[in-house]
Amino acid sequence: MPSRATLLDERAIARALTRMASEIVERCHGTADVVLVGVQRRGVELAERLSRLIAGLEGHPIPCGKLDITLYRDDLQAIGPRPVIGETDLPSQLDGRTVVIVDDVLYTGRTVRAALDELADFGRPRRILLCVLVDRGGRELPIQPDLVGLKPRVGPDERVDVFVKELDGRDAVELVKAGG
Amino acid sequence: MTPAAAALGKDLLGLENLTREQIQLILGTAERFKEVSERPIKKVPALRGKTIVNLFFEASTRTRISFEFAEKRLSADTVNVGSSGSSVAKGETLVDTARNLEAMRIDMVVIRHGASGSAEFLSRRIRSNVVNAGDGKHEHPTQGLLDLLTLKDRFGKVEGLKVAICGDVLHSRVARSNIWGLKKLGAEVAVCGPASLLPSGIAALGVEVIPRIDDAIAWADALNVLRLQLERMTGGFIPSLREYNRVFGVTRERLERAGKDLVIMHPGPMNRGVEIDSDVADGPHSVILPQVTNGVAVRMAVLYLLAGGSPDWQQGGGE
Repeated sequence: MPSRATLLDERAIARALTRMASEIVERCHGTADVVLVGVQRRGVELAERLSRLIAGLEGHPIPCGKLDITLYRDDLQAIGPRPVIGETDLPSQLDGRTVVIVDDVLYTGRTVRAALDELADFGRPRRILLCVLVDRGGRELPIQPDLVGLKPRVGPDERVDVFVKELDGRDAVELVKAGG
Repeated sequence: MTPAAAALGKDLLGLENLTREQIQLILGTAERFKEVSERPIKKVPALRGKTIVNLFFEASTRTRISFEFAEKRLSADTVNVGSSGSSVAKGETLVDTARNLEAMRIDMVVIRHGASGSAEFLSRRIRSNVVNAGDGKHEHPTQGLLDLLTLKDRFGKVEGLKVAICGDVLHSRVARSNIWGLKKLGAEVAVCGPASLLPSGIAALGVEVIPRIDDAIAWADALNVLRLQLERMTGGFIPSLREYNRVFGVTRERLERAGKDLVIMHPGPMNRGVEIDSDVADGPHSVILPQVTNGVAVRMAVLYLLAGGSPDWQQGGGE
């Protein structure tokens, strides 16, 4: 049986997101021209929560988009049956804006590479930031986050699972150890 | 990680041999591809490095261009082969043409051919994925799928809809693909047309036969008006085009008399003033142009899904 340990519970996730929301506003010197883009699946929910938190801080919401990177995956030719494609819905204009990519877990960096390529086909943002709830290390590409909720030490036989209420019925970040 | 989609297999030959789940998978995937065609750069790298041959042995504008757009928007490399100006004109057989193309390391063949069963015949003889773009009077699966997607857009779902397929059912592969697809998704299907243009034994497919167009209009939520395939008629099917329009034409007067909104589809190309009048084709209930838009999305979905169904992978037994 795999063993599970909680890294963040519901309240700890809320605290991390609150801190990250104010860091986004700080790093962007306000909210003008800032767009949050959540990466499917759980990045979308996290981006929406960050948008609401920023609205609470600054008094107005900031636009929030969804990005599915399936069609830009670098392993699409290698895997068997095609993965299900999620919805992509971005604000119509990205040129000159600050885009904050939001994802749940940063691991190899390949998803972010795909997201950067896909965003480039939508326009030319002035700046792109990367915001992740968990940076678990293990990068295979030269990609680093700008805003991080938690940076745990994760071994090669371990996995980080993120659960969000909207999809999973509960909020939690758990460290899963395989085998045992 | 996103869950793996259910497999579609190596080829798309017809809707008869697809399950309800496979059809829904294609329609759901097409829903995503609609958005790609609205992007500032209408292109995604999903089929980069794949080579696709469009083998069109019969005339086609819409279908061929629609497939080509779908292929290019997925970043595939494409080659178009027609029957004139190629070795087909010198008498080369279908299999020889396809095997020679395969020797140039292609990945997929999209085929339109006048012989029913030609797509399946080819699929058994080459390793590449085969997509049927219309084979004789047999099937035109991507047309059936885009019709289903268009109905889903308009009504929210296909299940429980009443769809009447009107006109030249006898010569129509579109009718056959529609009947299979609609029945699998739970729609009620009727056909309406002159007895000389309805295939014998059509009722065995589980469709109702409505002899009068006014009754079909009164019954249906949507009409799929077929093209009178004058080029396939060797004579004697109908007295005259004017007579056909008078008895079976979908006209504004007929729709107004029915006093209800119903969706009008047509696979194109239209014979205006024969099976459909211009003010119906261009009217508020026509979804003929949305059908064309959906055609690109459906074909992108089919190509994307088939690209994951290589023969090697299937032998691996993964589902």
